[in-house]
Amino acid sequence: MTPVSETYHTRRPSRRKPSLALRIGVAVTLVVALAATAALFSAWRYGWQAANEAFDRLLTGASLQIVEHIGVVDDSIVVDIPASAFELLALAREDRVFYRVIGPDGATLTGYDDLTAPEVPGDGGTEIYETEFSGETVRAAVTGRQLVERNVSGLVTVVVAHTMRERTVLAHDIAIKAAILIGISSLAIIALALAGVLYGLSPLTRVERALLSRDPNDLSPFDIETPREIETVVDAINRFTRRLDRRIGAVQAFVADASHQLRTPITAIRAQAEIAVEEKDPARLARLNKRILDRSIGVSRLADQLLSHAMVTHRGDAEPREQLDLRRIAMEAEEESRRFGDVGQPAPILDLPDEEVAITGDRFSLREAVKNLINNAQTHGKPPVSIHVTSGPHDARVSVTDKGPGMPPELRAKAGERFQVRGGGSRRGAGLGLAIIAEVAQSHGGRLEFTDMPGGGFRATIILPAKT
Amino acid sequence: MRYAAVTLIAFFLMPALAAAEDYAFPAASTEQSRLTIGSTTDIGVIRPVIEAFQSANPGIAITYREETTRQLFVQSQQACAGERQADDLIISSAMDLQVKLVNDGCAVEIPPTALAALPDHARWRNELFGLTFEPAVIVYNRKLIATAEAPTDHIALADLLRQPDRFNGKIGTYDIEQSGVGYLFATFDAAQSSTWGRLLEGMGRNAVQLFCCTSDVLDRVADGRLAIGYNVLGSYALAEAGRHPDMAIVVPTDYALVLSRAAFIPAGAANQADALRFLEFTQSPTGRAVLDRDARLFSPVNGAERLFEAAGMAENARQSLRPIPLGTSLLVGLDAMKRRQFLKLWRESLATGQD
Repeated sequence: MTPVSETYHTRRPSRRKPSLALRIGVAVTLVVALAATAALFSAWRYGWQAANEAFDRLLTGASLQIVEHIGVVDDSIVVDIPASAFELLALAREDRVFYRVIGPDGATLTGYDDLTAPEVPGDGGTEIYETEFSGETVRAAVTGRQLVERNVSGLVTVVVAHTMRERTVLAHDIAIKAAILIGISSLAIIALALAGVLYGLSPLTRVERALLSRDPNDLSPFDIETPREIETVVDAINRFTRRLDRRIGAVQAFVADASHQLRTPITAIRAQAEIAVEEKDPARLARLNKRILDRSIGVSRLADQLLSHAMVTHRGDAEPREQLDLRRIAMEAEEESRRFGDVGQPAPILDLPDEEVAITGDRFSLREAVKNLINNAQTHGKPPVSIHVTSGPHDARVSVTDKGPGMPPELRAKAGERFQVRGGGSRRGAGLGLAIIAEVAQSHGGRLEFTDMPGGGFRATIILPAKT
Repeated sequence: MRYAAVTLIAFFLMPALAAAEDYAFPAASTEQSRLTIGSTTDIGVIRPVIEAFQSANPGIAITYREETTRQLFVQSQQACAGERQADDLIISSAMDLQVKLVNDGCAVEIPPTALAALPDHARWRNELFGLTFEPAVIVYNRKLIATAEAPTDHIALADLLRQPDRFNGKIGTYDIEQSGVGYLFATFDAAQSSTWGRLLEGMGRNAVQLFCCTSDVLDRVADGRLAIGYNVLGSYALAEAGRHPDMAIVVPTDYALVLSRAAFIPAGAANQADALRFLEFTQSPTGRAVLDRDARLFSPVNGAERLFEAAGMAENARQSLRPIPLGTSLLVGLDAMKRRQFLKLWRESLATGQD
């Protein structure tokens, strides 16, 4: 990342991206709003319930008082409605009042004839109900009294009703007061929750500030106090910077190595070329030329391998994997090594199975690896060189065998490290071949194996996991 | 015989005929609207109020229909049931009947801001309003009863009536079977105190004279045919006392019931706007001045002060005033069965006294 793009990003603190505080704030507000709605609904219901309870008591009280004043005089039922019953009802100051007393025969003894009454719930019991009367909904209490006299017996029903203006006012009053309380407390809860959220998120701001204020070239891990929730994020950032740091280190080391490795043979070529310019003797000049050519081939191979290694390293990280046939890789590698190899080398023998050997990987890297195997066999081993591709249940193998004694054991253990061939690159190899092979095998999830063949000979095998 | 029969018929018809009369008050300027008021108040008492209203609203012609309380109630019920055209405004001294009409949904609601000055006892549901402040008082003739022995409260009156024969046939009050106001006062008297029984007994023993109307009692007390009038309307009494120096007024100091002529605008009223205007006028400063000065009806707003100024009584006696509150508690007296029993008790008590 260049410093330019860095500034570009710090200048735009991602205004349009969702903010955590905003999301939590919205969530809290929604939850509180939901709770407040439920509470309002309850308050409304509670208001009505309380108002109904209060005013139903008036109705019940009045009807019971009237019931108490039912008597029998001279064999006829007499209802002496007490003033206190109506004073009780008049406590609901703004409400209209209706009543009716019904005799055992269903005839109205006194009161409003057309006030309907349901069945009385039995002697002494009171039932509250709502009905329409005189153009309004009225709430009514019905109660009864069983008369058992010598000539008069039966159930006398008393209905007392009143309109619902006062109780509506009371219900609304209770509900509105509750609603105001609910509203205030909801707002307070939201405000406190938001303050809490901002406090809770403040470590994030600290991390953000630490990230922004950091020198782009500083790849050391962050050492800031982080809450558990974003510890992994900071860890990931730290792991990433560590990897970047390692990679940059590797590249720097590689460049240093490469320049060192290249400088020596080039200096030698140059020195011999300078001598050749002064040389008059044709025989010595021819020898010098032959040496210059050998050196040049070595440098060229070294450069080729350095670039190949760099490419393989890069591709191991970056290139997408594709479906491949290992036989085709082997064939292409053989073909290329034949085309670019030394003239006069006997061609390697190809031993391929009839069935496709399917693997997943990077064609270029694998081809380079096989080429390097062939090259190593041709350079350090003895002909004939043969290439085998086999496929097992769990793995696919490509191996190159020669008749030579093989690598010395101490070198096999170090296979994969760069520049193991001493002398800064011989004519035929630069010492990078094994490093490339090992790297490719590793980046494909496989490994490199060396085998001494029974009866002489050496085999190097790349073992790759079979395609699943 | 024939003559007697005619006389008898005429006798029964007379009160109805005499009471039911329409009075036209043409608009002072060009008539713009017409207001019909159904009322129980004597035309002589209400006239100054109507005239003051018309001078403030010259475009309004008024028809004033004077009826008895019963008749006005029956007509209002018919109007409420859609059987006849409703008046624009109903004013009645029978507060209980007015409450019943409003309770039965016969009135329209007026804006709560209107008539806001009225105290709670003089308004109900924003539909029914008490317009006047008229105490039930005791009147007596100064020639027959010395000021010193004049009864100041109900107990004193009951005690006074215990004197044998002195007041036989000399005490008059409402016939509560005929008069709505009388019945209303009597039911409240019965509820107010235990003195009521003694008083009733005393009146029965002295052969109490019963009359349909306050004015009949006042006329007789003024000319000495009666010594005492009980539960007469203070408004009429004050007006009468001004003309007859022999007549004295007592506002009882234990308790004095106060009646408010109750008014509502019927649901079927054709001219509700002017009716409301009239209602508001009666409680405006101008209207109240007319009520106080000319009609002696006073207003619930400040009736207590004005009343004691007019009656020349102590300020602290004001707490004995018991305004009859508009509201459903007045309905109990109207219960048919209750009324029968109360009247039966009334008749029996008076009869027991008279034996």
